[in-house]
Amino acid sequence: MTQSDGRSPLAGDSPPLDPAGSSANRPQAGSDEPSARIRRFDWLSEYLARLEDEHVIAHRGDARILAPAHRLVLDPEDWAVAAKLAAAMGMRHAGLWADPLDDGLKETDGAEVDGEPCIRVRACLEQTGDYLVIETDIPLNRPLLDSQAHIYPGLDRLERHAHDLTGVVFTNPFDSAQGKPNTRRWTRHQAWPAERFPLRHDFPLSGETARRTPADVDYPFVRVQGAGVYEIPVGPVHAGIIEPGHFRFHAMGEEVLRLEQRLGYVHKGIEKLAVGRDPAGLIRLAGRVSGDSTVAHAWAACQAIERASGCAVPPRALTLRAVMAERERIANHLGDIGAICNDVGFAFAHVQCARLREQWQRRSRELFGHRLMMDALVPGGVVHDLSADAFLALRQDHAALHRAVEPLFDVVDDHPSLDDRLISTGILSASDARALGCTGYVGKASGLRFDVRRDNPYPPYDGVRVEESVETEGDVAARVRVRMAEVRGSLWMLDRLLDALPEGEIVAPLPTPAPGAQGLGLIEGWRGEILCFVRFDAAGRIARYFPRDPSWFTWPALERLILGNIVPDFPVCNKSVNGSYAGQDL
Amino acid sequence: MPDGLVLAAWLIAFAQALLYVALAPLLVGWVRKVKARLQNRRGASLFQPYADLRKLLIKETRVPHTASPLFRMAPYIVFVATWLAAATVPLVALDLPVARIADIIVLVGLLALARFFLALAGMDVGTAFGGMGASREMLISSLAEPAMLMAVFTLAMTAHSTSLESVMSHHLADGFVLRPSYLFALGALLLVALAECGRIPVDNPATHLELTMIHEAMLLEYSGRHLALMEWAAQVKLLLYGVLIANVFFPWGVGREFTPLALGLGLLAVLAKLALLGAALATAEHVMAKMRLFRAPAFLNLALLLALLGLLSHVILEIGA
Repeated sequence: MTQSDGRSPLAGDSPPLDPAGSSANRPQAGSDEPSARIRRFDWLSEYLARLEDEHVIAHRGDARILAPAHRLVLDPEDWAVAAKLAAAMGMRHAGLWADPLDDGLKETDGAEVDGEPCIRVRACLEQTGDYLVIETDIPLNRPLLDSQAHIYPGLDRLERHAHDLTGVVFTNPFDSAQGKPNTRRWTRHQAWPAERFPLRHDFPLSGETARRTPADVDYPFVRVQGAGVYEIPVGPVHAGIIEPGHFRFHAMGEEVLRLEQRLGYVHKGIEKLAVGRDPAGLIRLAGRVSGDSTVAHAWAACQAIERASGCAVPPRALTLRAVMAERERIANHLGDIGAICNDVGFAFAHVQCARLREQWQRRSRELFGHRLMMDALVPGGVVHDLSADAFLALRQDHAALHRAVEPLFDVVDDHPSLDDRLISTGILSASDARALGCTGYVGKASGLRFDVRRDNPYPPYDGVRVEESVETEGDVAARVRVRMAEVRGSLWMLDRLLDALPEGEIVAPLPTPAPGAQGLGLIEGWRGEILCFVRFDAAGRIARYFPRDPSWFTWPALERLILGNIVPDFPVCNKSVNGSYAGQDL
Repeated sequence: MPDGLVLAAWLIAFAQALLYVALAPLLVGWVRKVKARLQNRRGASLFQPYADLRKLLIKETRVPHTASPLFRMAPYIVFVATWLAAATVPLVALDLPVARIADIIVLVGLLALARFFLALAGMDVGTAFGGMGASREMLISSLAEPAMLMAVFTLAMTAHSTSLESVMSHHLADGFVLRPSYLFALGALLLVALAECGRIPVDNPATHLELTMIHEAMLLEYSGRHLALMEWAAQVKLLLYGVLIANVFFPWGVGREFTPLALGLGLLAVLAKLALLGAALATAEHVMAKMRLFRAPAFLNLALLLALLGLLSHVILEIGA
């Protein structure tokens, strides 16, 4: 049994709310994993005890529905307390999303709010690689819930996003004005009326009006005032070929006093577009959440669907997915390293990286049908198999790239005028990175070693060593070094994956999911941990899809790491974080 | 000088001024080409800057609503002032009448005039970028100008004249003498030229990042023929500095008589010198990253220091020698 098959009868037998029992009941899952990680969820009993001390009642819980995550159902009034206790135990928040159950389908596990339509809010927490999903139901006609954002600041935008799309009003219980709701919109801009919520059932899929969206002119930016402080609005349209996003700087001379981002300009309604799709249609959509992470997002959605429906994916398909995911990682890291150098006027590295990346992507197109490997994954497997010739070509590519990047990385790592720009620029402290929940190269450059591939390994990563690439400086140079280490690590891993490529089918039929089946996908994309939630409706179509790109947490990190830097250093700081606009705007 | 010769001298001076405007895009094209080759790219054609200027000249010219008349005037003033400044620097021939009208101080003044209007135009529209670019340009130029004056004064002290022509004639008459003061002044002028022309490591002419720009930030609101004139002026300025360095420090080859042969040789010589200088510039830009903005003052202070050393070494080592 593998983790993707979390709904096995055995795991389902585990008694709810019994962490010791559930970990004892997962010996088979453990047998696939490195021995050091057998004792999973050894912290959960302590968390439950602390909840009990605070008189918080966790109604139901199980390890089955959202495996490999544990699930706890809480009362709405305990929502903030649960977050506070989680933070006290050092858990990382991995995302929050709301799911309006107003379509008459909320029988999934018998949870009803007095028979009334409700909105189910879920939040995902992580500790030592184990995931815990807490959820609560709030009535649709009075959707008020305590905010967790004052405990986990990275959640602020996710909560505002949930409000814009489903109408949940988050209030701050610790605010002096007792329960003052957070009314600043995030994703909506002016694209739909303020009192309409697109993810609710009564909102038509095609949208309500075809009118031109008015400009979003009165967003309440926080102002900094004082003699010599001036404001620099940048974007949403930029001089370069990048995605749209607005940055509001307050600067004194050249020093940045405050940066506030305004994103949402590429909101495409991904979550609404997913409603009613079949699994294959959802994967095509998932591949378009963020074009540069198409494999990672598609894999996360596949994983969620396959876990929800109990599909046993052929091992060969899983290894091929990992090959594509690592190829994506290498391509993007190469592009980023070059782009960071270009932003400080060092064109040599940019051109060399662009050349290597281009060759790499041409091979991807040849073998996987698309330069970015879009639409190469399908539910239950992959589209393209690797022939023996392709296998050899890949091995040669890896050796060639390895030969090419070593001297290049030596230059990037040890060039005085480059060092002068990158070292000590844009420092993100470990505490800020932890508070915001940064993963991927942003977290790793600030000393957080978390990597889903190692800490909650999904096949085929359970059978291959994932190199640890952690730096502690947290500056732009550290983020470049993490990327270089990941390129080397992924190249090494690609060879191991190819050598161990299992024989067999590359796609398995997807079983019809049970009505209301849910699944959680957790993938280490090249930007970091991607979380993906999928819920089916009664007809086996998608009722809710939520992809949480790592950019939700790295964009706020940029607002912090830029403080005290000078305005002309912003582009290189921004590039070193390289959040996805599309992945965050959804 | 007979009247006929005076007329010929004026004609040559005029032709030389035209040559500046005509050659300036070629130098930029050459630098870009060498850079591209250094990066293993094929690069655009040498004549691409001409095509770009032509494209901009025939495109519609838009002016922001908030612009004052100054915004429309500035491109012409900047272009003409830069052009006039260039006309005072001997390109292919010495003994031209312009040299008697304008000396080095006029040259520096004309460049300052162009810069003044460029910065005003950048601030005129009221966008954050224009103001930012203007403030940075002023930061750079306030440090670059003294360094440049020091460097040219070093030369002027040797020739006992602030006229570029006398400096070059003096240098030619002396033959090849290795003067420490000249070496220091050359170093200072090279650094100043990099800063003044907005090259790496001070500014990046190829960047698209509005927040890091200096020169480009002031031009962001310009379009069409206004933008063409501004860019052309920047190209003329680069050529001006190139010729200043090439002809003042290495004057050999410049035409001293108004014969077609001498003038042709002068042109060939200056083209060869500029090609070398352009290649050196491209190489330097290739191996360096741009400096942090606040390192630029240190860079220009180095230029000032070199110029001062040049002056001192002239006083100590060369006077009376």
